Amino acid sequence: MSTAVETPSSAPMSTDLRRVAVVSAKSAIAYTAVTAAMALLLLLVPRDGDVRYRMGAEGDAVRLPDVALPGMAVAWVCVAIAALVSVAAWALLRVQRKPSVWLGILLGVVLLVAFLSWSGAGSQQDLPVTRLVGGAVLLSVPILFGALGGVIGERAGVVNIAIESQLLLGAFAAAITGSLTDSPVAGLVAAIVAGMLVAVVLGVFTITYKVDQVIVGVVLNVLVVGLTSFFYSEVLVPNAERLNDTERFKPIAIPVLSDVPIFGPALFRQSLLVYLAYLAVPVVWFALYRTRWGLRLRAVGEHPQAADTVGIKVELTRYRALLIAGGVVGLGGAFYTVVSVSSFGKEMTAGAGFIALAAVIFGKWDPVRAAMAALLFGFAANLKDMLSLVGAPVPSQFMLMLPYVVTLFAVAGLVGKSRAPAADGEPYIKE
Amino acid sequence: MSVDDSQLGGTSVAAPQHVGDEPPVRPAGTKAPDDGDRWREALRRVTSGGWAVSLGAVVLAVLAGSVMIAVTDKGVQDASGYFFSRPQDTFSAIGSAVGGAYAALFRGAVWDFRADDFAGGIKPFMSSLNFATPLIGAGLGVALAFRAGLFNIGGRGQMLVAAAAAGWVGFGVDLPIVLHLVVAMTAGIAAGAIWSGIAGLLKAATGAHEVITTIMLNYVAFYLISYMLATPGLLQAPGSSNPKTPPMADTVIMPRLLGAQYKLNLGFVFALVAVVLVWWLLNRSRLGFAFRAVGENPDAARVAGIDVRRTTVSVMLVAGGLIGLAGTTQVLGTVTTGFSSDIDAGIGFDAITVALLGRSTPFGVLAAAILFGAFKAGGSVMQASENVPIEIVLVIQSLIVLFIAAPPLVRAVFHLPQPGARPKKRARRQPKEVAA
Repeated sequence: MSTAVETPSSAPMSTDLRRVAVVSAKSAIAYTAVTAAMALLLLLVPRDGDVRYRMGAEGDAVRLPDVALPGMAVAWVCVAIAALVSVAAWALLRVQRKPSVWLGILLGVVLLVAFLSWSGAGSQQDLPVTRLVGGAVLLSVPILFGALGGVIGERAGVVNIAIESQLLLGAFAAAITGSLTDSPVAGLVAAIVAGMLVAVVLGVFTITYKVDQVIVGVVLNVLVVGLTSFFYSEVLVPNAERLNDTERFKPIAIPVLSDVPIFGPALFRQSLLVYLAYLAVPVVWFALYRTRWGLRLRAVGEHPQAADTVGIKVELTRYRALLIAGGVVGLGGAFYTVVSVSSFGKEMTAGAGFIALAAVIFGKWDPVRAAMAALLFGFAANLKDMLSLVGAPVPSQFMLMLPYVVTLFAVAGLVGKSRAPAADGEPYIKE
Repeated sequence: MSVDDSQLGGTSVAAPQHVGDEPPVRPAGTKAPDDGDRWREALRRVTSGGWAVSLGAVVLAVLAGSVMIAVTDKGVQDASGYFFSRPQDTFSAIGSAVGGAYAALFRGAVWDFRADDFAGGIKPFMSSLNFATPLIGAGLGVALAFRAGLFNIGGRGQMLVAAAAAGWVGFGVDLPIVLHLVVAMTAGIAAGAIWSGIAGLLKAATGAHEVITTIMLNYVAFYLISYMLATPGLLQAPGSSNPKTPPMADTVIMPRLLGAQYKLNLGFVFALVAVVLVWWLLNRSRLGFAFRAVGENPDAARVAGIDVRRTTVSVMLVAGGLIGLAGTTQVLGTVTTGFSSDIDAGIGFDAITVALLGRSTPFGVLAAAILFGAFKAGGSVMQASENVPIEIVLVIQSLIVLFIAAPPLVRAVFHLPQPGARPKKRARRQPKEVAA
């Protein structure tokens, strides 16, 4: 179904439009449901004491004071705001309008603050806001690169289930090269090459041999897990010092920007790869939507026949898109072995590629939205560390589960039916 | 992609939610399953391989495995140091490394030629069948979803909840002998079906993509089970602090089929029954016809009066039930001494490869599952006796599927004749290409 069907319009009421209203009530229902759930949590499990937000970080030019607030009160205020947002969503629904993305983001943020305040109430530990944001950005880096690569590939009409394998092989290559050369930059380059290598295999099978893209993707994942684990046991473990001990990227503080309170240390005292991620999102967006290359790529993904008719080389365009996408994903793989830790481990990507795939669909095949989705997953992954720090009153497993539940709700309630590029997954056979 | 969709949604820039004033062209309550066709071709592409191609694929994969074994073997590396003075040493080292590894694989998977009698010799094959048991059920679940154009990556979560439900009944409830097994299996299969049904329901009700929802449900299930395993009174064994359940009650354990020396248990029979049932369902029943119709062409199915949404939910329920069977036989047949959160053992993901190799047909899945079971059984013997990491099995398995999926490649490598009826690039159904 096209998204147009779900979009309300200002045309006069008709039978069709009333149905449209029913469809778009999903957001309002979802808003109300999560707000009610939060309120219920506060009612059933009240917690005493203050929550202390630590606003500063080491090395700040201007050190903000820590903030201590009564946890429950803050939480209730946030729930009240969330309730207002829900009411607003219903009100918008009455006039046939869909709540904007910002309303959703506002709801998410206030509910998050409510949850944090409730969890941190009465805790001996401070909640470091800087690490809350900075850690989220850091952890989202591989997912973000994976999602960007996925978006490029799918906009060109090639479904890339193999993101996981590109990340893993990227991490593997970065580990070996980085260890041999003692240079993280060399590791980064090797990771790009590794991602491209997987892309070439994907391309040969799906574009040249017209094998189903899902099959090749799934199989490549297994293949790369097998290859990297095999060579890890046979080669890396016996020569760990020479082949599996990388020099990591050091965090670089950007002058001025890194001194901005709270967000400065979080966003601008990161390593090179994180800054590359900041750059990659607008660059990919620009390349896809504002360049001739991007227009042709999208044309090939939506309607390869039409593209072919006007003289665009479909297969070549797809190969090129896959190669670039592979390089982008490979960069994400480098995160594991030259940013996060300094050695490779078996299956160390642990499903991040699948999360990236989810981010692609969640972000509706748009680089910026996909990056936001990746950030959400990174935030969720980081949140559990933060909550275990303050000793949250919920079993840790539920904390770990939270991001995935949120995604389920978000996909079902807010995103709904996502529309893939029309020729996504279709091999092109010239007539 | 239907013609309707290409008319409605253009290449929207940045925001796909372009405000369209055009009225919806479809009657209420219908959805164009545009993402369905992405996966729908999944099995069809693997078909039309033929025996020669399959054999060629296996040969190529085994060759690739041999190269990996040879390159990493210590003896080969030493001998290649003086390759130009005594090349035969290198070749004999390669021969012994590769030969030894594959001999061990065979010995662990099919026939133990070191055993004294037939009973001992056939033991590895029984072990392979035992490894194949959960792969059959889970492979069927994935294959069935493929047939209906759905991609079920949720095998892991479905197996976990099924194992938890069956296991809880298995150790926590006192029932007489046969009834206990029946109740435990019902609980496990139902749990798997419900878990997968959530994804089906979300897809039918809101259009949420099953790839996302099943992946997310995997994680939710994993952490839910981890919590239950760490909480006394739920799944954790009393008086223990390990995240592990108590052993299953004697009344619920699936009996071994051929005596205590073989691990093969009643679960294998249930898996075989499931194969026949799925075959019947797909090829002889009204529901299965609806599944296939929706998988082939959802628009046509809808026009023909099939409720696509309801079919989506039904498919996921049945698929989850089959994967639930796999989780159930794991805890009641194979790992009866109590399980932890790794009980799924990657089977949920292996099942995807099994379904692909089996071309999403019930008997194809059976054959593929037995092949993969043999690889698993043989791989562990190979690792133990020849020090070749078991992961090489993954490489060989995935290469086999990859090569079988690309017959022209295999034919080119072995100079096999291209089939006359088929053009060099296999032609796809033309109308679809036009519509897309």
